[in-house]
Amino acid sequence: MTTFLASFLASALSWAAQQASDPSLMERYLQGLKEVDASKFLVLSAIIFSIGLGGVLIRRNIIVIFMSVELMLSAANLNFIAFARYWQTQGSLYAYNGHVMTIFVIVVAAAEAALGLGLLLALYRNRETIAADEINLLKW
Amino acid sequence: MTFQQLLFIGFAALVLGGGIAVVLLRNPLYGAFALITSFVGLSALYVMMGAQFIGAAQIVVYAGAIMMLFVFVIMLLNVRADEERPPRHRFLVWLAAPLALLLSAGLWLAVAGVQGDRAPSGEAGTVERVGKNLMTRYLLPFELTSVLILLAVVGALHLAKREKE
Repeated sequence: MTTFLASFLASALSWAAQQASDPSLMERYLQGLKEVDASKFLVLSAIIFSIGLGGVLIRRNIIVIFMSVELMLSAANLNFIAFARYWQTQGSLYAYNGHVMTIFVIVVAAAEAALGLGLLLALYRNRETIAADEINLLKW
Repeated sequence: MTFQQLLFIGFAALVLGGGIAVVLLRNPLYGAFALITSFVGLSALYVMMGAQFIGAAQIVVYAGAIMMLFVFVIMLLNVRADEERPPRHRFLVWLAAPLALLLSAGLWLAVAGVQGDRAPSGEAGTVERVGKNLMTRYLLPFELTSVLILLAVVGALHLAKREKE
């Protein structure tokens, strides 16, 4: 298992080094930093999504995990708005689809928060804990 | 460096700082406040991209209603700050760092070359334009979301209700 992981990691790192040594790709990496255009917002959204994913993976408190999920949803919203902006400048007929989709995401996030926190209250009443690793009723 | 770039960097720093604080702060209540800060920055970014209505909805619904729910539940449960517990698999930390680097490099590569938005137009996502879309092309999904909210309210009430002995 460990050797498999190590070999996978080594190949991934060599791939990354190969990518980084290509000058045209470096140009693409740096392009997003020059102007405030859609790509900057996409990069920011990717970073926010990664932070949220990290929070989901490393935290034990379910409330904090919920908040990290909200962060990931917001990253997706930022992507929708960035592309809506892009289609606006292209004069597309469907330029506001991204806005509508963002509204739907916000609504679903509100419903999810209400239901999730209700579940959390019921859980706390029964188990006296909200640490994700201490809730193992369904674990064998 | 233009004024727009300064604004972008400032608000992006606000969003990222808030997000990192959510993940790293040990007290969930401080994390919730950091998340509210982050959402305010996000709302400013939406307005920068001409989505005024979404920016306002972000403040009202996310930073206002949803985070109020979170803070309420945190205070109701009287959650202690997480105590220090050693990670179970220490070697995974050394695996996680390069993988995280790889993930960020891949995401960056995927989105960094996108062109567009060189000349911002005067159009903006006002209530009128978004609402027109919502009430014509997306009428059915819009009505379905109200059913979804009704379901969520009933479900949350049922879950949070104290059972009679």
